[in-house]
Amino acid sequence: MAKQVRSIVITGNGTNCEREVANACRLAGCEVADIVHIAELLSGRKCLDDYHFLNLAGGFLDGDDLGSAKAGANRLRHAAVKGSTEHLADQLYRFIEDGKLAMGVCNGFQLMVKMGLLPALGDDFRTQTATLSHNDSGRFEDRWTYLKVDPASPCIYTRGIDGIYLPVRHGEGKFMVRSEEVLQRIETGHLATLKYCDPEYRAPVMNYPQNPNGSVNAIAGVCDASGRIFGLMPHPEAYVHRTHHPRWTRDESLPEEGMGLWLYRNAVQFIRNELL
Amino acid sequence: MAWRIVVGLLDGVKDARGERVRREIREHLGIEVDSVRTLDVYTVDAALSDAEIEAAAAGPFSDPVIQEFVINRPLARDFDVLVEVGFRPGVTDNIGRTAREAIQYLTGRPFAAGEAVYTSVQYLLKGKVDKPIAERIASGFLGNGLIQRWDILTAAEFDPENGVPVTLPKVTSDARPEVREIDLDVADEELMKISRDGMLALSIEEMKMLQAHAADPAFLQAREAVGLGSKLTDVELEALAQTWSEHCKHKIFSAKIIYEDEQGNRETINSLFKTYIVGATRDIRARLGDKDFCLSVFKDNAGVIEFNDDWSLVFKVETHNSPSALDPYGGALTGIVGVNRDGMGTGMGARLIFNTDVFCFASPFLNKPLPPRLLHPRRIFEGVVEGVEHGGNKSGIPTVNGSIVFDERFAGKPLVYCGTASIMPRTLNGKPCHEKKVRVGDHIVMTGGRIGKDGIHGATFSSEELHEGSPVTAVQIGDPITQKKMFDFLIIARDRGLYHSITDNGAGGLSSSVGEMGEDTGGFEMHLDRAPLKYPGLQPWEILISEAQERMTLAVPPDKLDAFFQLANEMDVEATDFGVFTDSGYFHCLYEGKTVSYLPMKFLHEGVPQMVIPAKWTPKALSEPDFDLPDDLGGELKALLGRLNICSKESVVRRYDHEVQAGTVIKPLVGVANDGPSDAAVYRPLFDSFEGVVVSHGICPSYSDIDTYHMMACAIDEGLRNFVAVGGNIEHVAGLDNFCWCDPVKSEKTPDGEYKAAQLVRANKALYDCCVAFGVPLISGKDSMKNDYQIGDTKISIPPTVLFSVIGKIGDVRRAVSMDVKRPGDLVYLLGITRDECGGSEYYRQHGELGSNVPKVAAACALDLYRTLNAAQRDGLVRSCHDLSDGGLGVALAEKAFAGGYGIRADLDRVLVDGDLRADKLLFSESQSRLLVTVRPENRAAFDALFTGRDAACIGEVTEEPRLLLSRGSKTLVDVDIHSLKEAWQAPLREL
Repeated sequence: MAKQVRSIVITGNGTNCEREVANACRLAGCEVADIVHIAELLSGRKCLDDYHFLNLAGGFLDGDDLGSAKAGANRLRHAAVKGSTEHLADQLYRFIEDGKLAMGVCNGFQLMVKMGLLPALGDDFRTQTATLSHNDSGRFEDRWTYLKVDPASPCIYTRGIDGIYLPVRHGEGKFMVRSEEVLQRIETGHLATLKYCDPEYRAPVMNYPQNPNGSVNAIAGVCDASGRIFGLMPHPEAYVHRTHHPRWTRDESLPEEGMGLWLYRNAVQFIRNELL
Repeated sequence: MAWRIVVGLLDGVKDARGERVRREIREHLGIEVDSVRTLDVYTVDAALSDAEIEAAAAGPFSDPVIQEFVINRPLARDFDVLVEVGFRPGVTDNIGRTAREAIQYLTGRPFAAGEAVYTSVQYLLKGKVDKPIAERIASGFLGNGLIQRWDILTAAEFDPENGVPVTLPKVTSDARPEVREIDLDVADEELMKISRDGMLALSIEEMKMLQAHAADPAFLQAREAVGLGSKLTDVELEALAQTWSEHCKHKIFSAKIIYEDEQGNRETINSLFKTYIVGATRDIRARLGDKDFCLSVFKDNAGVIEFNDDWSLVFKVETHNSPSALDPYGGALTGIVGVNRDGMGTGMGARLIFNTDVFCFASPFLNKPLPPRLLHPRRIFEGVVEGVEHGGNKSGIPTVNGSIVFDERFAGKPLVYCGTASIMPRTLNGKPCHEKKVRVGDHIVMTGGRIGKDGIHGATFSSEELHEGSPVTAVQIGDPITQKKMFDFLIIARDRGLYHSITDNGAGGLSSSVGEMGEDTGGFEMHLDRAPLKYPGLQPWEILISEAQERMTLAVPPDKLDAFFQLANEMDVEATDFGVFTDSGYFHCLYEGKTVSYLPMKFLHEGVPQMVIPAKWTPKALSEPDFDLPDDLGGELKALLGRLNICSKESVVRRYDHEVQAGTVIKPLVGVANDGPSDAAVYRPLFDSFEGVVVSHGICPSYSDIDTYHMMACAIDEGLRNFVAVGGNIEHVAGLDNFCWCDPVKSEKTPDGEYKAAQLVRANKALYDCCVAFGVPLISGKDSMKNDYQIGDTKISIPPTVLFSVIGKIGDVRRAVSMDVKRPGDLVYLLGITRDECGGSEYYRQHGELGSNVPKVAAACALDLYRTLNAAQRDGLVRSCHDLSDGGLGVALAEKAFAGGYGIRADLDRVLVDGDLRADKLLFSESQSRLLVTVRPENRAAFDALFTGRDAACIGEVTEEPRLLLSRGSKTLVDVDIHSLKEAWQAPLREL
């Protein structure tokens, strides 16, 4: 069989963006883009080892009832895989150690942060050092945002991108850290890949609504030191075609392909170059 | 023992929830509090070790980055008054359920029966707050006494060692299951007492029908064979009351109506539903012939039409008015997740693609005393908006279209319309997916949530006006995640062919769902004692009619049972085998092996007597107002833009995820700043096709005060006008009618019943006339007929209101059109004719007038215009298009301009008018079937050619200068900059 880029989108328990994430993976060139219910992973019939690119999609895991993605993180940590001695988390840590790619969007990002997968300072993928909490407005909001890319970030997904325009759709997207030191390490490591910014992509902004939630240092997306593990609140899968753009009827010069697809294309390119 | 885990934010972390509560206490109650902080409380009533509790508190229950927790001691400090709000026993506690699951993952063992986690919230109030003020805050904003309870402690009363005393809202009942027998061989008065006291909502005629049936010797003989006596059981009586309720049987729409018009002509209408609604669709489908795109109409939980050769489109709109009046959050939440089940329960099941919502409220700024039991409209607004937000967002279904209509009479009952569209394959495993049939021997399987006392008597309750004794059990809280998990499971089960039929459990619970499915085979045998219960103590009749949420009923063939249950188990969805479908002819329920109901299916479904309702149309003596032409028409326009029915609803729209599933092509907010008001939504449901769904609606209750015939006609035209504005194909579109009426049956309580019934007849006549003229079939709908408030001498009846929802197709979403002007220099065309039709308009209401010249619809002309507009859109000639509705031409021009960020200059002398119109009427008349279009100058000839001989006039152009400049010849009427117009339009509801 020819070498395939294999991506997986985990669903179940309230995840709801799995179809469009799988679509984005396919459009970006993944030969395989499987939507896999977490029950299939826990039954042992499917295994993360068989994939290169893990997608944790948006949604409301367990209704975000204990705080966004908290119950989901607890499940992922403690749920055992049937017919084996390992937990699903063991598969996940092995996936990371193998140098594979994982991207979490919105609820998926919240899940990664609360499991400690991001920002993973000192390559510690188990200790939570940051969080995503209630927007300063106290409300859920659907709104498009401008995002500035840190050109020095190790993030492999944002290579060659200066700025990107994507929607946020969340009530708990305010990025916060445990201490000033954590923030310093994120900044000096250039791990804060994406920041909410002005419409000209000049500088990060703290003012509402351009910064829709009050995130510290306007942080919208974060990666680990390897740049392979990445999470962001805005939805790249929601802008893969020009008709997704809120003003596509006004701007005939918009390219056919949406900006969000760039992130997925970079992931596929990286896998072809490094992992196949 | 019960542990109490309290979780709070660390010092220095902003409490956004507390801050929002502080703000809303001020806005709702006018009470200033210095600060509000919040703490989450988990009361864990389960056998766990100290270490396990510690792990739960430190793990899933708290966030180490921003939170701290304590166990069995208080965290509250630095407050003046503490209010702790928790649920009453038996109320759905979603967070508690998730917390329990989290502990189970941690410990690896399940909770025992009766063990649970209960959640509550502590609000720490600081400022000039004493106990009575705190009580007002608790009852008026923080909690709803119907479903919640609270403790209030001042700092002095607070025990610093132990904190708030532990309350376990555990349902306790020592009730033994029992089946009562009801003697119907009694006098009429006693019969009515049975109906009233039992919340059965059955009339004397209906009670007498039961009485006669119970005395029938054949009936008695059959019962003896199964061990039942001559009296009906409570299970049977409740099943009958549910099945015969107005909510389920639509007795008013099925009634014989004796209608007399203003000339004294009398006619007898045998069922409004069959005559006008089914009749319209039948006549249209016959005319469409080969082009008929309807697949399943009126017979299922939702209507089904063709989308393309491979896919069908499913649509349903419901109302949830009465529950939303009592508990706005829970009522609206169950409204949306309830209508979601309709899509899943249609045919063999469908995948949900989007939601719509329309609300009718009184002004949130209403400033006068309300009669007892009514919540303030602001509270209703906030609760309903949040309920639909949680229901839609957490289900992962985009909310793409909606509106909010304001009228003071909706204080008596708010209207909450929730709609859901879904998509299903044309065929499934070789058979049409929109069809289903139960077979004898199939098992009755219920999936999803458990059964509790929630929602008992929901169906009969909504068949009555809101009164003193309205039951609290009618209030429920939905659980979108349990439902989503079930839907994920059901779609897989569907595709694997694991069941023959499916329907949802809505009003009437199992009684309705199994009763209706059993019609396919002619009977069933159901064991009520197998029901999974939320807590013990339910009586058999309660199990049968409980409306507990998140449940579907399926018919699973015996050879698929194992596969079905295995899949359910693996996907963590509860499923229960209740018995089998039979051809016995009987509605047969058992409890612990004993028969508790044995009713002939035929009597249950066909036995209800037809009502006879008198209706007499006496037009009100109305006249046109007589006031001078205002000097400042720009000021009039600004004031109109700020009226609640016209102003921006952006603050609400943004709270709904309108883009999840990545299919929304024309979003609710459009234009240069993503904040203009879209006419309709365009949705692309398939990733591999550019075909799209267009959804819109029309609703205009204000015209009902003049004539409901024209209210209905205008709602239909408005829905279709919005639909074609964005590019919807007028040849492939269907409608859904949702009637919300006040009680139209003449009685002591309703002396003006004949007039209200005549209003209903007239609306139905218009529905038939207009749909047939437009060629738009009706595919589904619903009616809610008792939207009155009556306590003591106070009666509030809503204005007769019909929501006309429209769903159809656009061949290529890349041809869709938005409403905002695009470039300076583009030409502005007005399609349609402007008439002296300000009756019932926003403009007249602004002047405190009603008027009499209500807008009328000329459907044949409109249809021709819409077809021509479609042709222009297909040719790419239409750069923007916006419909004219509330506020007429003036408002539409303003919205188009500020949404696009450019000005418009127009000469209103060029507007096509019927007769001679005064400037204000020219600007603000609400004549129907009008649209504003902008066209590139180079396309002028092509556009003019298409519209030759039709009602289209070029009235001006888009300008670089951001001003709305309207003149009549050389005389300037309006000259205002668009920013101030936009500000007037955005300001009123911005902060809500």
